[in-house]
Amino acid sequence: MNGSPVLSVRDLAVTLPGRNGPVHAVRGLSFDVGPGEALAVVGESGAGKSVTARTVLGMAPFGARISGSATVGGQEVVGASAAGLRALRGRRATLIPQDALAVLSPVHTVGAQIAAALRSVRRTGRAQARREAVAALGRVGIPDPERAARRYPHEFSGGMRQRAVIAMATAGEPDLVFADEPTTALDPVTREHVLDLLQEMRERTGAALVLITHDPAGAGARTDRMLVMYAGRHVESGPSAEVLGAPRAPYTAGLLASLPERAPSATGPLPVIPGAPPVPGRPPAGCAFEPRCPLASDPCRSDPPDPAPVPGARDRLVSCHRRADVPEPPSALFADAAPGREPAGA
Amino acid sequence: MPPMPTHPAPLLEARGITVRRPGRGRRAAPVTAVDGCSFTVRAGETLALVGASGSGKSSTAEAVLMLRRPDSGSVLFEGRDITDLSAEGMRALRPAMQPVFQDPFGALSPRMRVRDAIAEPIKVHKRWDPETGPDEVDSLLGRVGLAPELGGALPSDLSGGQCQRVGIARALALRPRLLVLDEPVSALDPSVRAGVVNLLTRLQEEQGLGYLFISHDFALVRRIAHRVAVLDAGRIVEEGPTAEVCRDPGHYRTRELLAASGLLAQRAGTAGAADAAGAADGALRGAR
Ligand code: SF4
Repeated sequence: MNGSPVLSVRDLAVTLPGRNGPVHAVRGLSFDVGPGEALAVVGESGAGKSVTARTVLGMAPFGARISGSATVGGQEVVGASAAGLRALRGRRATLIPQDALAVLSPVHTVGAQIAAALRSVRRTGRAQARREAVAALGRVGIPDPERAARRYPHEFSGGMRQRAVIAMATAGEPDLVFADEPTTALDPVTREHVLDLLQEMRERTGAALVLITHDPAGAGARTDRMLVMYAGRHVESGPSAEVLGAPRAPYTAGLLASLPERAPSATGPLPVIPGAPPVPGRPPAGCAFEPRCPLASDPCRSDPPDPAPVPGARDRLVSCHRRADVPEPPSALFADAAPGREPAGA
Repeated sequence: MPPMPTHPAPLLEARGITVRRPGRGRRAAPVTAVDGCSFTVRAGETLALVGASGSGKSSTAEAVLMLRRPDSGSVLFEGRDITDLSAEGMRALRPAMQPVFQDPFGALSPRMRVRDAIAEPIKVHKRWDPETGPDEVDSLLGRVGLAPELGGALPSDLSGGQCQRVGIARALALRPRLLVLDEPVSALDPSVRAGVVNLLTRLQEEQGLGYLFISHDFALVRRIAHRVAVLDAGRIVEEGPTAEVCRDPGHYRTRELLAASGLLAQRAGTAGAADAAGAADGALRGAR
């Protein structure tokens, strides 16, 4: 990593009020994002990835109890005042929603909407905000931004609308951008397009990117590093290509093997991780993946594993008591999901 | 994927179906969502309809299920034209062709326990026998890989994958011959998605069901479908055996979709507009 991190998360824990008692959404999470770096945060529903992003942006759900530390550009977010958080959002760190139609208003011009977004994050005169909105449209590669600013969202193509949303979110020239992928899969062509636009945005502005996703494929090729989460905890992190190419935690191995485009064999049943993710609010005492893990042994049941370096690999951490016993290839752990043995209830 | 059946009669046949929808905005002209599509699905066979959002996939599904009557063209089920069937005739036919939708939670009533949710379609179609019904529900639970204890659970107690299994059990309860699966796994987390995919394959093998499988994901389709039809702007732009289409895609839309699913290493098609260029570049970089 070059320079001091734009985002530094230390031992972050977020507990949310739930219908059946408190939900431990994030537990003891630490990671850094360097200037201009792209990090993919990969996890399934309930992994805590979106809660992490929202907490760091000062947008934690109502009633959340937060401990630990998260600093953006050196400024502490945990415990910061509402005014402090407002100053941070949009200027230093911002969130790009991925559903362009849901965030653009149909009754205002694109330029007016970006100018309004700008004025909400800093004191700027109307004319100045207007000029900056045009510049922001230009930065995301919209041709003739002067004219585009005077148009309405419905006059834009789908791709242009996505660019406009990115322009709106990055108008304040933040150092750190979060992009949260919707849970329901976007169609792959649209998804590729959004990922391309984010990449372009990064190249133009030098902003760091945190891409929150439930699908590691595709995200990995566009990010420098990857953090895999499960049940609110760190599972594995490191350079994206290495995590995807040689996963070292049983969960990552199973997740990757179950993707149809990566399955070891082209026919026959897909490898399956047996069982289902833990019920939020009732995390097991030990490793959260223990009930589903083919390598689980005694220590896994009592102690949650902490992140530890992988011998011989730079910048890689794995949270697993048995990281030394993961076979080669790791997908072999889940390869024997024959039809008769299809795990119930997954 | 079960082996392709040799020559059974077509279960479902769409002949030049067209569906128009009102356009967006007050004075907008109607949009042709499905534009003269023809295809067949045989027993024991999966035909995948693949396309990007807005290509007309879901409108096609609605049309073959007669949830929305096509504006022109006809739909045949087991050789019989059902396009102009009366409401009563359609009700009699419904059990044979069952839908499974994308949103597994939305399809279930939040207050209904799993066991009742599976019994419901049987009761609605007046096929419920108090003697054998409960056993039937148990056997359906088993067939979709749900533990019997889950019969008493509410949807809020279930994971997405478990909910979708309940959805599939409900569809199977009426002993259908055709399932119309509209993005059945795209709302599921990857680690549970594979299990549901395997379940669908196994059920087809065991029961010779015909599947019309709607998807935007070629990686999945490649594993599950015998044949594939690629939709673009309401038209079928390419059709053929899945393996062949994946190996040698003829249309740029097919290449674009293959590339986006990480199945094509080359640059996809010749790109004109900036957007298309972006997508094609993505294909290149996204290749794994
Ligand atoms: S700590 Fe134990 S249960 Fe958890 S992933 Fe490692 S081997 Fe499996």
